[in-house]
Amino acid sequence: MSDDIFITEETIHGDDDGPLAGTTVAVKDNISTEGVRTTCGSKMLAEYVPPYDATVVSRLKEAGATIVGKANMDEFGMGSTTETSHFGSTENPAAPGHVPGGSSGGSAAAVAAGEADVALGSDTGGSIRCPAAFCGVVGIKPTYGLVSRYGLVAYGNSLEQIGPFGETVEDAAALLDVISGHDERDATTHEVPIEDDASYADAATGDVDGLSIGVPTELLEGADEGVVETFWGAIADLEDRGAESHEVSLPSVEHAVEAYYVIAMSEASSNLARFDGVRYGHSSDAEGNWNERFAQTRKEGFGDEVKRRILLGTYALSAGYHDKYYKKAQDARAWVKQDFDEALSEADVLASPTMPVPPFELGESLDDPLQMYLADANTVPVNLADLPAISVPAGETDGLPVGLQLVGPAFGEERLIRAASALA
Amino acid sequence: MSDAVSAEEVRHVAELARVDLADDEVDQFTRQFADILEYFETLDEVPEVDREADLTNVMRPDEERDSLDREAALENASETEDGYFKGPNVS
Repeated sequence: MSDDIFITEETIHGDDDGPLAGTTVAVKDNISTEGVRTTCGSKMLAEYVPPYDATVVSRLKEAGATIVGKANMDEFGMGSTTETSHFGSTENPAAPGHVPGGSSGGSAAAVAAGEADVALGSDTGGSIRCPAAFCGVVGIKPTYGLVSRYGLVAYGNSLEQIGPFGETVEDAAALLDVISGHDERDATTHEVPIEDDASYADAATGDVDGLSIGVPTELLEGADEGVVETFWGAIADLEDRGAESHEVSLPSVEHAVEAYYVIAMSEASSNLARFDGVRYGHSSDAEGNWNERFAQTRKEGFGDEVKRRILLGTYALSAGYHDKYYKKAQDARAWVKQDFDEALSEADVLASPTMPVPPFELGESLDDPLQMYLADANTVPVNLADLPAISVPAGETDGLPVGLQLVGPAFGEERLIRAASALA
Repeated sequence: MSDAVSAEEVRHVAELARVDLADDEVDQFTRQFADILEYFETLDEVPEVDREADLTNVMRPDEERDSLDREAALENASETEDGYFKGPNVS
C-alpha cells in the first residue's frame, strides 16, 4: 500500500521528547529535509538532496516527531489528482480506483491509510483541502503568514501556506501548534496571535452552540447533487448542536478561478526560472550554448502541466498582455478579499463543500486541463483572500468521501478548529 | 472572444521561458491555450477595485551571520570548478 504513497521512505528521528514524541509524520516532498532527497514530484529534482531543513521540519524534530517518508505529490504542486507526479499516481486508500486529490495527495493518503499519524502538505489553491476531502481526513490551510515557508520549494509565493493533515481535527491542530509562529527566515510570518497558555489543539472542543454559519450560494451552484446533499447533512448536524446557518453571497468568486490561475501561473513562471541545470537539478547532456542547454534541460526535466503553467504565466506577464491578465487578476483578488470580509462580518464562519465533485477516477481527467482548473472553484478564493480554512469529513456519497470546508477570518484558526471538531 | 493563440506564439513564449517543446507539444498547447485563454478573458468583467494593501516592511540589522558552507552549496551541482558552479558557455 505504502509504495505509491511515498516517493522516498526514510525514517528521520526527532528529539527524544516533546509534544509529538511517538507521533509519525509524512512530509510532502516539496518541503526540504536535510540529507533526504526532496523531489517535488519532478524529474527535475529526482536526485536533489537539500543541504538544510525547512523550518517546519526543524520544528517537527524539536517536537520529538518521527518523519516516516516524503509523500507523493503533483509535480511542483501543480494538479488536483497527484497524477502529474513524475513518480506515478497514488491510489486513494478511502476510495480504491480513485485519485487521492492533490497536490498533497501522498500526505492525505498516508494519514488515511494509517501509514502516518499526521502529515504536512502545502496549499497554494486547495492542495491541502482537496486531498483531505477526497481521502476522508482533516486538512488545514492556515492564514497567510501563520506558518514559515523557509525551505518550501516555491511555486506561488503570494498564495501558498504549509499546513497539517490528521485523522481528527485535534490531531491536525496539535501539529499546527508545532509548526506555526514567527520565523526570522520568512519575513511574511507573523507572531502567533494566540494566548500564551492556549493551543490550537485545546480549541478542539466541538462546541458550536451559537455559531453563525454563512453558506455562500455561489459555492453550491453546479456542484454534484450527492456532494450537496452530504454537505447539507453535515450542516444539519451542526445545527442540531446549536449552530445556525444562513445564506450569504460572494459575487466575486465567479471570477476567482481565472484570477487564481493567472496569478499562480505568473508566479510559477518566475519561480521556476531557477531550474537551469547549473546549481542543482537535472542537467541535459545536450551540446550548445547557455540558452540552448537551459531550454533543453527544462524540456527534459519538466512534465506537461508544469510546462503549461510556465508558458501561460510567461504569456500573461509579457508585454501587451500584463494589464489584460495580471492586473485584472489583482483587481479580482482585491474584490474577493472585500467580499469575504463582508460575509464574515455577518457570520462567524463560511461553509461550503470543499470540492464540488467526489474523487475522480484514476486517469479520468488528465487530458483536459481547463476542466481540472474549474474543479478548484471552492478552494482558490480562500488563497486569494489570504484566509484560513479547514476541510473536515462530511460523510459519503455513493461510498466516496465528501469534505466540508469552513473559512474564517484571518488568524481565526481557533474558531475553525472549534467548529470543525464537532464533526471529526 | 479571444483570438485563438497561434502555434508561432506558443513557440515564441516557449523561447522566452527557455523551455524547448517537441512539435506535438506545440500542437497540444496551442489547442489547450486557446480554451484556457478564452476562459481568462472573463476577467474583463471584473470592475476596478481599490486595493488597500495593509503591508509593512520587515527589516533587521545587517549583521554578519553564518551561511551554508561552500561545499554544501555546491553538492547538488552537475559541474563545478575551483569551488564555483560551472555552466555552459554563454555564446
